Amino acid sequence: MSADAPTGDLAARFGVSPARQRKDRIARTTLLGATILALIPLVLILYYLLKKGLGAWSSSFFTTDPTGNTFFKSSSIGGVKSAILGTIEIVALASAIAVPIGVGVAVWLVEYGKSSWFAHAVRFFVDVLTGVPSILFGLFIYIVLIVGTGSSFAGYKGSFALSLLMLPVVIRSAEVILLLVPAGLRESALALGAPRWKVIFSIVLPTALPGMITGVLLAVARAAGETAPLLFTAASTKATTLNLGEFMNSLPVQIYNDVTSPTTAVVDRAWGAALTLVTLILVLNLLARLVARRSRLA
Amino acid sequence: VEAASIRGDRAVLARSPLARLPDRVLKYGLSVLAALILALIVFFFIRLVGEARPAFAKTGVLGFAFDNDWTPSINHFGALPLLVGTLITSALALIIGVPVAVATAIYATELCPLRLRAPLTVLVELLAAVPSVVYGLWGIFFLAPKLRGAEQWVADRLSLVPFIGGGLVTIPNYFITGLVLAMMILPIVSAISREVMSTVPLDQKEAALGLGATRWEMIRIAVIPYCRPGIVGGAMLGLGRAIGETIAVTILIGDAPRLGSHLFGQGYSLAAVIANEFGEAQGLHRSALFAAGLVLFVLTLLVNGVARGLVVRSTRRTRPSGIATSAGPAPPVADVAVGA
Repeated sequence: MSADAPTGDLAARFGVSPARQRKDRIARTTLLGATILALIPLVLILYYLLKKGLGAWSSSFFTTDPTGNTFFKSSSIGGVKSAILGTIEIVALASAIAVPIGVGVAVWLVEYGKSSWFAHAVRFFVDVLTGVPSILFGLFIYIVLIVGTGSSFAGYKGSFALSLLMLPVVIRSAEVILLLVPAGLRESALALGAPRWKVIFSIVLPTALPGMITGVLLAVARAAGETAPLLFTAASTKATTLNLGEFMNSLPVQIYNDVTSPTTAVVDRAWGAALTLVTLILVLNLLARLVARRSRLA
Repeated sequence: VEAASIRGDRAVLARSPLARLPDRVLKYGLSVLAALILALIVFFFIRLVGEARPAFAKTGVLGFAFDNDWTPSINHFGALPLLVGTLITSALALIIGVPVAVATAIYATELCPLRLRAPLTVLVELLAAVPSVVYGLWGIFFLAPKLRGAEQWVADRLSLVPFIGGGLVTIPNYFITGLVLAMMILPIVSAISREVMSTVPLDQKEAALGLGATRWEMIRIAVIPYCRPGIVGGAMLGLGRAIGETIAVTILIGDAPRLGSHLFGQGYSLAAVIANEFGEAQGLHRSALFAAGLVLFVLTLLVNGVARGLVVRSTRRTRPSGIATSAGPAPPVADVAVGA
């Protein structure tokens, strides 16, 4: 390209008419504008969340349980201790249920089912599970574990509802990662005389581990933010409990309950709890990304 | 001597039945686990139908779906306001959310400087990390009051247009719900679109540019037509999400027992009615809520079924085996990243 031709004339030299150039510029600007538009809500949500949430945070916010006392000044309404502990307990149990089952189904799909009709059916149903609205998982657990047993709400029932929600995410992410394990690794182990189960447990799973951790962390992050499945399974309670057989509070449910309050202090508590929840979820997402970067696959 | 032993009952290298046992246990154990997923969904469906039957028995399925009055206090349950509320808000979410999501995807894959592509993707996916209840909280205390004036202005200007114009804008309303839903479905629609766009063959794009197309003409000629089924599929997945979204909608829609008279008025939705009323529902009321759940279930199944078919078809063209290659992450990764 000769130096005397300014880049602006380049399009003209190749016969691009001014009208087409203008159209191109308008289209590009529109696309850029739409992209910026997409990011505005994120900025606004994070800004407002920080502004309102940090105002609600105090040393006693994390160390006291919420009280039902909503008519007096903010110091007497309590904080989010039981909600934080409840969320951690419920999600931990949900992961303990969903992760082994999910990884097991993914291993079956990749190592045994492959492209049999049954494996296709399982994949289809996992997709169906992905699309089921989360509140329906709550209804399902309600039918089975509360109507079915004639008992009341409990933390572990909330965990079951959340584990149903996590299951498809864990299965799909684990399946993708397991497919990326090089066939050569499996074949060499088999050729050396290792039985199938040993190949799976000592070759395939360890190789896929970092990638699967990423998927699990994303599933946990998603479950931690869910309100709807907990409404009719774990419910909320004011006090901290370590017993998963009792009613249990959680961050999303407490926020949901506080939103409808007419008292400003209680709404402020919801903002504080929301900032806590979003921080928790963002940390999990960040961890997932860091682990994914470490993974040798994908 | 060797030949004799090979001709015996077992080959020299074969494992004893005992040594083969763990393999069988693993294989059948995992198969049972996989079958469990199928059984679970079928069981759920049957139980849901069972619980919903009393409500359907009273008015018939069509009577239930097309009655415009949901008043639990007099045991009258018509699901039309719920069904239409769900459809209005989801349609709004699609109308607002899909163009923005697709534009973001095009910008990220075709126009954006390479160095900005990853951060841009992460930022859009952060929208998926915000929990539903936080969208509701933000929507009702920040967005709805801020936009009320603008909404009233539009309603006044378009006062002759049926359903949109006229009427007094309330803080919880269909439009705000749809707008927040649009933000919530943006990440998944954008992720699927990006995924599909990354499967457009490079030579096709280069051919367009080589023939003298501008960037935009290249996008219009080579990228969009190739991706259309995938983008439609992504939009349908977003629609499924919007239909099933519960908590944010419950906070924002305003719990009206009848169909709202205009876009900026209060309404109700299938998912919201369950979240709102299930706690204290008894007898027929509870059955009617299960019936609403069943309608919701069937609706999301249909939408998601069509969506999956479209997405799979349009991503499979370049990967006939359906197995992820090094060319890019397989479609499910996009789902996972945005918490599908």
